[in-house]
Amino acid sequence: MALATRPEQRDKQQREKQRPTRPVSTAGRLWRSTIGKKTVMAVSGAVMLLYLIAHMVGNLKVFFGPDDMNSYAHWLRTIGEPVLHHEWFLWIMRVALLAAVIAHGVAAYQLSRLDIAARPVKYVHQRRRTSYATRTMRWGGIILALFIVWHILDLTTGTVNPNGEHGRPYENIVATFDTWYGNVIYFVAMIAVGLHIRHGFYGAAQTLGVGSPTRDRALKVTANGLALILTIGFLSVPIGVMTGVVE
Amino acid sequence: MNLTLRIWRQTGPDTEGAMTTYEVTDVSPDMSFLEMLDTLNEDLILRGEEPVAFDHDCREGICGACGMVINGNAHGPERTTTCQLHMRQFEDGDVIDIEPWRAAAFPVVKDLVVDRSAFDRIIGSGGYVTAPTGSAPEAHATPVPKAAADTAFEHAECIGCGACVAACPNGSAMLFTSAKVVHLNTLPQGGPERESRVLDMVDTMDDEGFGGCTNTGMCTTVCPKGIPMSSITTMNREYLRALRKGV
Repeated sequence: MALATRPEQRDKQQREKQRPTRPVSTAGRLWRSTIGKKTVMAVSGAVMLLYLIAHMVGNLKVFFGPDDMNSYAHWLRTIGEPVLHHEWFLWIMRVALLAAVIAHGVAAYQLSRLDIAARPVKYVHQRRRTSYATRTMRWGGIILALFIVWHILDLTTGTVNPNGEHGRPYENIVATFDTWYGNVIYFVAMIAVGLHIRHGFYGAAQTLGVGSPTRDRALKVTANGLALILTIGFLSVPIGVMTGVVE
Repeated sequence: MNLTLRIWRQTGPDTEGAMTTYEVTDVSPDMSFLEMLDTLNEDLILRGEEPVAFDHDCREGICGACGMVINGNAHGPERTTTCQLHMRQFEDGDVIDIEPWRAAAFPVVKDLVVDRSAFDRIIGSGGYVTAPTGSAPEAHATPVPKAAADTAFEHAECIGCGACVAACPNGSAMLFTSAKVVHLNTLPQGGPERESRVLDMVDTMDDEGFGGCTNTGMCTTVCPKGIPMSSITTMNREYLRALRKGV
C-alpha cells in the first residue's frame, strides 16, 4: 500500500507546484476568475446603462426646439458650480465612463477568448440555437464600440459633423440626420444597443446574484422594457428629423 | 425501422476523427438508443470491424455515463439520458448524427468516449463536507430546515453527465459546479467550508479550461435532472459573498 501510494503523492505534489499560484488579494482573485471578470462586466455595464437612460431623456429635448436643446447642453457644463469648475462634472463623468468602457471591453475580450478556446471543435450537426440577442452580444459589442468612436467625433468634437458648430448641438444633430449615412449608422447602433441591453441586463442580474426563480419574469420584463424604451427613445430623434418634426 | 447513422469515429486521443456512415436495419421502436447502438456494434463485430466505443453503465438514467450528442442535442431530442431515450422518438429512414461531447476540458478518448475526469477534480477541490468518521451521528443532532433540504436535494440530483458542458456554446461547467456548491452550501453540514468550497471549486473549474457562463440557458435545456438556471445565480452570489469575506 505504502509503495503504491508514494509515487502518486509525489505526482500530486508536482502537479500542485506547477499550478499557478493564486493571488491573495480580493481584487486579484476577482479579476483572475471568470465569475469575477463577469462581475466587472456587470457593474461597468450597469454604469453605462444608467448613463444611457440619462442621455436618452436629455435627447428628447430636441423636440422642444433649438433654444431648449442648446440651453440644456449648456446647463450640463454648469452642473456642480460653484463647487466644481465649468465643465468639470462633464469631465469627471467622461473619465468614469471611459473607465467603464475599457473595463467592460477588456473583460469581454478576455472572457471571449476563454469561451472560444473552451469549445475548439464545433459540432457537425448544429441544432439548438440561443436567442438572437444572446448570439449577437459579441458582434453587437464591437459595433457599439465603433459607434461610440464615430458618435464622439460627430457630436462631441464635431470633427465629422457636416455642421460641427460648438455650443449648437441642435443644429449639429439635425445636420447629422440630414445625411443618409448618419441615419444608417445610428439605426444599426441603436438596434444593437437594444439587443445588447436585452441580454446584458438579464445576464448582469444573474452574475451579481440578484436573480431568483420568483424574480426571473420581472427581470426579463425589465430587460425587454429597458431595451425597447431606450431604442425607441434614441431612434425618435433621427425619425423626428426625417419626418420634419425637428428641423 | 431502418436508419442511417453518421457516427464520429476516432481511434485514439491524438488521432484525427471523422463522421462515418452506417446503416442499421430492423430497429424496434421499443429499443433504447444504446440498444440500437449495441445492434450496430454486433453487426460491426460480425463483419470484423471495430465496434463503436461509447460510455454506458447503469442504463437506468441515474449514473450519467452515456453521454453523446444526437442530432446536435446532448442526449438527443428528449430531455433525458441517452439510455432512457427510445427509438420511437425517431422515424423510419431518419439520418441520425452522433457526436461526442465537445469541450476542451473533455478530450475525446475514442469515438464517442470523452475523458470527464475534469469533473472529478472540480468535486475533489470542494465538493465534500468534512465530518468525523466512526459511528453514524445521531440523526436529529443537526436540524435541517425543510426548504433547505428540498433545495439541497434538487441540486444533489446532478449525475455529472456533462450534458451542460456539451450544450453550452462556451463549454462552461457552471451548471455542474453550481449544482454541487448549492447542494452543500445550503445544508448546515456544508456550513464550515461554505466560502472555501465555492472559491476553490470555481478556481478549479477555470483551471480545467471550461469557458465562462454567458447566461444562454442552453445547459438547462438539456440537463436530464432539471438543475435550474437559478443554481448558477446562487453560485455567483455565494462566490461574491465568499470574496467579500476574504477567505
